[in-house]
Amino acid sequence: MIPRRPIGDVLLSARSISLSFGGVKALNDISIEVRRHEILSIIGPNGAGKTSMLNVINGVYHPQAGDITFRGRRWTRMGGAEAAAQGIARTFQNVALFRGMSVLDNILSGRARRFRASIVAQALNLPHAVREEVAERGRVEELIEFLDLQAVRRTPVGTLPYGLQKRVELARALAAEPELLLLDEPMAGMTFEEKQDMCRFVLDVNRVLGTTVVLIEHDIGVVMDLSDRIAVLDYGRKIADGPPDAVRGNAEVIAAYLGTNHGIAA
Amino acid sequence: MDGLWFFVEALVGGLLSGVMYTLVALGFVLIYKASGVFNFAQGAMVLFAALTFVGFVELGLPFWMALAAALGVMMLLAVGIERVVLRPLVGQPPIILFMATIGLSIFLEGFAQAVWGSQVRALDLGIPDMPMEIDRVLISRFDLTAAVIAAGLVIALSLFFSHTRMGRALRAVADDSQAAQVAGVPLNLIWAVVWGAAGLVALVAGLVWGARLGVQFSLTLIALKALPVLILGGFDSVAGAIVGGLIIGASEKLAEIYVGALIGGGIENWFPYALAIAFLLVRPGGLFGGKRVMRV
Amino acid sequence: MYYRDAGEIRTTYRQDRAIFPIAQERRGMAVLLALAFVAVPLAADAYWLGSIAIPFLVLSLAALGLNIITGYAGQLSLGAAAFMAVGAYVSANLVLRLPWLPFPVSFLLAGLAAAAVGVLFGLSSLRIRGFYIAVATLAAQFFIEWLFTHVPWFTNGNASGVISTPPLALFGLSFRTPEMRYLLVLTVVVGLAFAAKNLVRSSIGRAWMAVRDHETAAELMGIRPFGAKLSAFAVSSFYCGIAGALWGFLHLGTVEVEAFTLHRSFQILFMIIIGGLGSILGSFLGAGFIILLPIAITNLAALFGGTLRPDLLANLELMVFGGLIIAFLILEPHGLARLCTVLKTRLRHWPLHHQG
Repeated sequence: MIPRRPIGDVLLSARSISLSFGGVKALNDISIEVRRHEILSIIGPNGAGKTSMLNVINGVYHPQAGDITFRGRRWTRMGGAEAAAQGIARTFQNVALFRGMSVLDNILSGRARRFRASIVAQALNLPHAVREEVAERGRVEELIEFLDLQAVRRTPVGTLPYGLQKRVELARALAAEPELLLLDEPMAGMTFEEKQDMCRFVLDVNRVLGTTVVLIEHDIGVVMDLSDRIAVLDYGRKIADGPPDAVRGNAEVIAAYLGTNHGIAA
Repeated sequence: MDGLWFFVEALVGGLLSGVMYTLVALGFVLIYKASGVFNFAQGAMVLFAALTFVGFVELGLPFWMALAAALGVMMLLAVGIERVVLRPLVGQPPIILFMATIGLSIFLEGFAQAVWGSQVRALDLGIPDMPMEIDRVLISRFDLTAAVIAAGLVIALSLFFSHTRMGRALRAVADDSQAAQVAGVPLNLIWAVVWGAAGLVALVAGLVWGARLGVQFSLTLIALKALPVLILGGFDSVAGAIVGGLIIGASEKLAEIYVGALIGGGIENWFPYALAIAFLLVRPGGLFGGKRVMRV
Repeated sequence: MYYRDAGEIRTTYRQDRAIFPIAQERRGMAVLLALAFVAVPLAADAYWLGSIAIPFLVLSLAALGLNIITGYAGQLSLGAAAFMAVGAYVSANLVLRLPWLPFPVSFLLAGLAAAAVGVLFGLSSLRIRGFYIAVATLAAQFFIEWLFTHVPWFTNGNASGVISTPPLALFGLSFRTPEMRYLLVLTVVVGLAFAAKNLVRSSIGRAWMAVRDHETAAELMGIRPFGAKLSAFAVSSFYCGIAGALWGFLHLGTVEVEAFTLHRSFQILFMIIIGGLGSILGSFLGAGFIILLPIAITNLAALFGGTLRPDLLANLELMVFGGLIIAFLILEPHGLARLCTVLKTRLRHWPLHHQG
């Protein structure tokens, strides 16, 4: 077992985030802090605003109020590409891979920002363009090995089973070498074995690469096992935030979950 | 003062021809609303309908019989398109469906002319083409009649879709086709009806335009005139098609007179597009379109 | 000898990344190029070279250009012929007005001018997307057609609006005979096809496809969708521009708007639908198919009972094209190129029937 890195200072802090769509409040004055090297889970019933929160953090949505500080820099309107440049990567609730491309090309796309060769150099296959491509391929192959994807690297992602697609998506996000990794229900729809594998991978990513992880997940067992800290959302508000044991006993959390038949004690 | 009267005359003429654009745009809107398909073949359907009608007249059928027969053919065509083209492509990306309707358009152009011949036919609906003068403004009697026909068609279709079971089912499909299907709305039937209605619109448009330009291949090109109208008005709004048609008709005419004269004329082919694109850059949803929230 | 890749072990990523990593494919390509460069000009007569081979190659290049923006970057363009027109008119003006400029330089500049115009119309993709982009390219088609017919400077004040292009010459070689024209076109097209192949398997090509497949996800990977689309517009229009210059100088011998109408844009679109969206090979297959089909229909008609009336023949052609486009979109949206891939896979496994 690799010793884990100690949880450090605040990497990302979202302050008083409010977001609404045409009058419907998706997020209501939510503040969340993420510390370096930790695994933070965001849980809550359907429609609680979990995915919206991730979308705010990596710039898909711009909140009407509040701001985000990431690595000491304050943002009020961060774009998606800027978030990527700052070191935030992401997987999606419904797999959002590039369906027409192979596994290898999908993961290489995660490193898009690192390519420097000009269009002309790429068109003419000039030596420095080839060197760059080959070097990046080498880094991607390390990830392919890390996530055990060797057998499918040439396969078009659309033809892979769902569990593997989720894993390729994790690989694509990791290819960017992010500081902060956002995982939106990485285990949804998986078999028990696939879930076990994915838990292993998330822990490996956190322990070996030192990546900070924010995770949305419905499987409470998984959340309790993986997380250093849990934030609970309900109807766009944050109702609890703390270590797993504290959240488990929180009366408001239990009420929110009993109201929607989720059974947190299980 | 002459300048002002000239302006008013041009404006009225433009608005009236705008109604003719609306007539074509209406066919697009119907289909887009019900199935989310941008039907590039609408122009070919206009040609097909007009040729079929003229063909029946040449075979000796009286006007109303020929009209009924042409309408029947358009209904058959609608059912055929639904079966052969749309149903196998359900769930494909919009761009694929759009390209399929381009293929359909080419097919119909060839089919219509292979059956009825390629030569230009005159079509006389008995509408006098003498201009009439209202308070010093000359107005084309033909354009006015066409505008009345178009308005009648719009009202009839609106009534159909707001007051009949079929119309309510159509609007349910337009809002959420999956939910409508779950609720027991027969999607295939709806599509066939909508394409049939689009066929009716094509027939009316074909008669009016055919009477004006002659029934010939170039009728398919009026579909290209309807595109800027749809962009201005939004693809799914009947009101938008009307307003968009009027704006395009009027501004095209005025631009040709006042701007075209300065830069060499013949700008009516691209001016509506430039106007529509400029408008899009400011309001990407069109006049009546809403803003969409992206979900990931 | 079977088609096999067993036993060919690639030990570096550089080898693995080669355009033709399998030795048999490399040899096959070499044979194909040798045939195209040596056997075809020796064997084919002036009709086949001038009326079939040259237009086939030039339209393949235009289809390649359209495939970059539509097949790879997912932005439907209905204005391919307009960008060809830009290339044709700019090259004609450069060659006629600056005769001291070597023609490859003029052609290159013409391609770049077409790329600039493509970027100009592509700028609209910052605000609008999807189907609306198709309308913006349609606007380009109509505006450019109008521009070249109504601004006399482009045709040097020639009343007919037709520019006659002079024969091209370089290093004492004159490209006047069908053979020489064919060889020049072939050289340009083969070179640009390899460059396109390099692009689509590099980071820029991946960015195009990423934007095509999932724009939001692409942006969150740090790919700027607007930049990717603009670069695709630029490269696509460059290819179309060069194709336009070749069409004017080496196929028609004239530059006129009639050669670059909406009809041509659609023809090129049909080539990539039938040949294969997002495939370099497909651009060639589609162009070949669309050029040969009318000839095949005529010959078939002759076989079964004499000649058809020309207008009926034209209408039958339309029906066959339209029907084929629908059929391909329904049955095989990746076109003839995918059929080739399937065939190759079958060959690899033959005589086994394993579906890989």
